[in-house]
Amino acid sequence: MNFPANLQYTKEHEWIRVEGDAGWIGITDYAQGELGDVVFVELPSVGTKLQQGKTFGTIEAVKAVSDLYAPISGEVLELNKEIQSTPELVNKEPYDKGWMVKVKIANASELASLMDVESYKKLIAK
Amino acid sequence: MKRTPLYEIHKSLGAKLVEFGGFEMPVQYTGIIEEHLVVRKKVGVFDVSHMGEFEVRGKDALSFLQKTTVNDVSKLHEGRVQYSAMCYENGGIVDDLLVYHCGDHYMLVVNASNTQKDFDWLQSHVSGDVDLKDKSDSFALLAVQGPKSLQTLQKLTSVDLSKIEYYHFTRGTVAGVPMIISRTGYTGEMGFELYLESNAATCSTIWQVIFDAGKEYGIAPIGLGARDTLRLEMGFCLYGNDIDQTTHPLEAGLGWITKLNKGDFLGKPALVKAKEEGLKRRLVGFTLKEKAFPRHGYELKSNSTSIGQVTSGTFSPSLEYGIGMGYVSAAFSEPGSSIEIVIRGKGIPAQVVKLPFVQKS
Repeated sequence: MNFPANLQYTKEHEWIRVEGDAGWIGITDYAQGELGDVVFVELPSVGTKLQQGKTFGTIEAVKAVSDLYAPISGEVLELNKEIQSTPELVNKEPYDKGWMVKVKIANASELASLMDVESYKKLIAK
Repeated sequence: MKRTPLYEIHKSLGAKLVEFGGFEMPVQYTGIIEEHLVVRKKVGVFDVSHMGEFEVRGKDALSFLQKTTVNDVSKLHEGRVQYSAMCYENGGIVDDLLVYHCGDHYMLVVNASNTQKDFDWLQSHVSGDVDLKDKSDSFALLAVQGPKSLQTLQKLTSVDLSKIEYYHFTRGTVAGVPMIISRTGYTGEMGFELYLESNAATCSTIWQVIFDAGKEYGIAPIGLGARDTLRLEMGFCLYGNDIDQTTHPLEAGLGWITKLNKGDFLGKPALVKAKEEGLKRRLVGFTLKEKAFPRHGYELKSNSTSIGQVTSGTFSPSLEYGIGMGYVSAAFSEPGSSIEIVIRGKGIPAQVVKLPFVQKS
C-alpha cells in the first residue's frame, strides 16, 4: 500500500492535498482496498459548504457502502467528473485520477487536527 | 479459526482473507467484478472446503432423510444429487443442502456456518438403524465454474464429463487423484464441484494442475465475494440472508423442492397450514436503475407503507445496475410491481422482476 508523504489524512481514511488555499480530497489506498470495487461515488454539487468531520458524500462498492467525511471545512470548487463514468479510478489511482472534490479551504488552522503520513500509517497498522 | 488445505495458496496469491463460517476464507483475489466476469465468460476456481459434509448410513437412512428433509429422497438413485432443505416443526428453515445418493450411503452437503447446528439437529432426530457422521474435516471442495470448466477438467480425467448431467455426479480420478465429480454449482454457469481428500499436498497439486489446464482459457481463482454476486444474479437463496429459521420454504420460492405429498416430514403440518391460509409474503427479486444499490436490511415501501426488507442486494457486475431480493407482502410480489427501497432516507423506485436476474442459455 502506498501513502504519499505530501498528504494529510483523517481517521476515516480520507486524504487532502493542500495547495495555497485550495485542497484536493480523496480516499486512501487502504480505504479503497477495504471497500473493494467502487461502482459509484455520490458527491455534493459545486458551491456546497463542507464542514470538517461531517459527511459530504457516499461511496458505493459492490459489496459495501461507505460515507465520505470532510477533512476540512470549505466550499466545493470542483468535482472529479471522471470518476462518475469511471469509478474504478478510485481503486486504481486513489491519489491521482481518483480524487473526488476540490475545495476552497475556509480555515487553514483546521489542518492541524489532521494526521501526517507517519501517524496515519500507525493508525492502519493497528 | 479453521483453515482449508489451500490456505497457503490463497495467501501466496495475495487473497484478502476474512472469517466466514468459522474459516479464514478468501473473499477476493483481484476484485469482485473481474472475478465475477471470469466465471461468466471463462472459468474460475473456488475453494469452498469450508462447506460441511455428513454421511448417512444404515438401513433406515432413507426414511430418516425423508423425515428430516423436504424434498423426496426416494426419487434419488445412485449418482443423483438433490437440492433440499431441513425445517423445524414450525416450518422455519434449519438449512438448505444437497443430498447425494452414493449407492450404499447418502452424503449431505450443508452450509459452513450451520455445520454444527445441522449435525446436532439431525442427530436429535435419528431413530432406528441410522449412522450419521460429520465428515467435514475429511473433505476438501473445489468448485470449477464457467463456460470453459468442462474443457479445463476434461484434459485431466478419462471420465467423459459431457455425459454427467446437471445435478448428477460420478466417482473418478482427476490428475490421478480419486474424487467425487459433481455437475453442480452456485453460479448458474456450467460447472463442476470436486470433493477430494482434505490433504494440503494433494489439494495444492490438484489446484496447480487445474490452473495449468485452464491457463489457455484465462482461468482465475475466485473468492467468496464473487460467489455471492454470482448466486444473487441467479436468484439463489443464501442461508442467513434470504432464508433462515424465521422464513419457510414456500414463501422463499422453494415450493418446487418441498414435496407436501411425499408423506410425513418435520415441518410439514406447519407448511400445509401456511399454504392453505395463503402466503402472506414472498421472496421476490427487484432491480433499480438509479445509481444506488440495495443492501441487506434496507426497508421496502409502497406509498410510504412498509412492505418488507431487503435480504440480499448488490451491484450486478453482469447487468451493471442494482439487484436485490427481499420478502414483500403478497400484493406486491407480482413481476412488474413498483416498489420503493429506502436508501439513506430516500425512497428509490424499484421494479419487482422475475428471477433469475441474468438469463442463462
